[in-house]
Amino acid sequence: MSDAAIQVRGLHKAYGSFAAVDGVDLEVVTSEIFALLGPNGAGKTTITEILEGYRVRDGGEVSVLGVDPARGDRWWRARIGIVLQSGSVNDELSVSELVHHFASYYPTPRDPEEVIDAVGLSEKRSSRVGKLSGGQQRRLDVALGVIGRPELLFLDEPTTGFDPEARRQFWGLIGRLRGEGTTILLTTHYLEEAEALADRVGVLSRGRLLAVAPPATLGGRAEASATVRWLDQDGPHEITTMEPTRAVTELAARFDGEIPELVVARPTLEDVYLRMIGAEA
Amino acid sequence: MTATRETATAPLPSLARASRHRAVLELKAEVRNPMSLAFTLLFPVMMLLLFGAVFSGTVNNSSGVTNSQLFVAGIIGSSILSTGLVGLAIGIAIEREKGQLKRLAGTPMPKAAYFLGKIASVLALAAGQIVVLTLIGIVLFDVDLPTSASKWLTFAWVFVLGITAATVLGVAVGGLMPNGKSAPAIVNLPYVALQFISGVFVPFNELPDWLRSVAGVFPLRWLCQGMRSVFLPDSFQQIEQGHSWQHPTMAIVLLAWAVLGMVLCVRTFRFTTD
Repeated sequence: MSDAAIQVRGLHKAYGSFAAVDGVDLEVVTSEIFALLGPNGAGKTTITEILEGYRVRDGGEVSVLGVDPARGDRWWRARIGIVLQSGSVNDELSVSELVHHFASYYPTPRDPEEVIDAVGLSEKRSSRVGKLSGGQQRRLDVALGVIGRPELLFLDEPTTGFDPEARRQFWGLIGRLRGEGTTILLTTHYLEEAEALADRVGVLSRGRLLAVAPPATLGGRAEASATVRWLDQDGPHEITTMEPTRAVTELAARFDGEIPELVVARPTLEDVYLRMIGAEA
Repeated sequence: MTATRETATAPLPSLARASRHRAVLELKAEVRNPMSLAFTLLFPVMMLLLFGAVFSGTVNNSSGVTNSQLFVAGIIGSSILSTGLVGLAIGIAIEREKGQLKRLAGTPMPKAAYFLGKIASVLALAAGQIVVLTLIGIVLFDVDLPTSASKWLTFAWVFVLGITAATVLGVAVGGLMPNGKSAPAIVNLPYVALQFISGVFVPFNELPDWLRSVAGVFPLRWLCQGMRSVFLPDSFQQIEQGHSWQHPTMAIVLLAWAVLGMVLCVRTFRFTTD
């Protein structure tokens, strides 16, 4: 057995004449958090749902936990967790009832009460789902996704509609799952989320994977020229340089200590991402 | 490491256990939804009270059966089809549209548990409904509970065959609905039409013979006729088609619909829309 949780070779999927996924190779290593980035319609959800066994591929080889998702049985399902982009549950049932109920489908589920606490729904335990806010329903989605103690967790845009505090809490939860060795495939629109969580990111556009790299080095980001900004009596200054340390040392000498309003910036993940997507479009 | 995790060795929950959990959950959700419960339980009660009050008097023959007793039998038969077919088809269409089925399909729940849970909850609802309707019949409309064992036996097999056919047809039809919004219209239209030609709203003996034969193709006529054979005196048979309760034909038609429903379920039902 290789240590790849997900292995994809030459994946193709078309809807009519539209090639939603057009030759994607992808490998997600066990215990890794991998983020798929890309604009709407890039193929993120199609790829994810093929890996989850919901959609049938047109071509290519796919292995998820060593199993072809098109032939995944109940044992295989018990080893994966899925948080869909738009799932719902019956509004008339309570948080606690649902989490306990879904736990009953799995051979070795987590403790439902602990999971409810972990996703921050302790106060809403006995509330009916229909009375939860959008963000709270999303947390319930996450609770139902992790209740089975999955080895591999799929998160399709999990924090859409979260306020900043809820998003931070969610990141903490993902950090704990990482600590337990859970492999996670994440799709997200939020680049800071990918940067905070992912070991590696893949940028998708028009059904093709443009680049795969750790967030810090994507698109040559680490080697890109830096921008140094500061302020003096003539107003703001900005230079672009391959040697920001030298520039700052010189400025420090010139100002004899603190450099007013000093900023040293590399391209953000968003800059790199937008450049990639833009170049493609 | 992944292959030897304890998840790989603990047993998966059995179908029986999963089905029991599903049934409890379905029933909880059903009785907590006031709209759905009102439609399922109160609608037939209201129809029974209205028709029973409006059309008083006796049926035009020597059996001494009143029109209201006729409605009690018809509406009990009709409620079986309504709970199974109409309620389930609409419910499943909505569950699918909202992604509830997709979520279930992503878990190791045995797929059969979903159907068994539905069947169990429909059985419980339909049984409750029949008790209420029968009680109203006894209290307000002089309906008598059958006294002979053979009539209770008839009741049992008509109910079981009827609810089975209605439930599997409900699952099949629900799976074929394009979306949740149009499901009520698509399902209710033929259901209301069937109610008129099957002896629910209009006494069956007053319909032209050819229309009674048309109704004989569908299950509702036989459910109503079956309930008449349970709750009305045998002398009423004189004005049935063929001057008989036609139990053998009844069993065959209901069974045929149950089989057709099962075949449709297996052939067409999908948890996802892809």
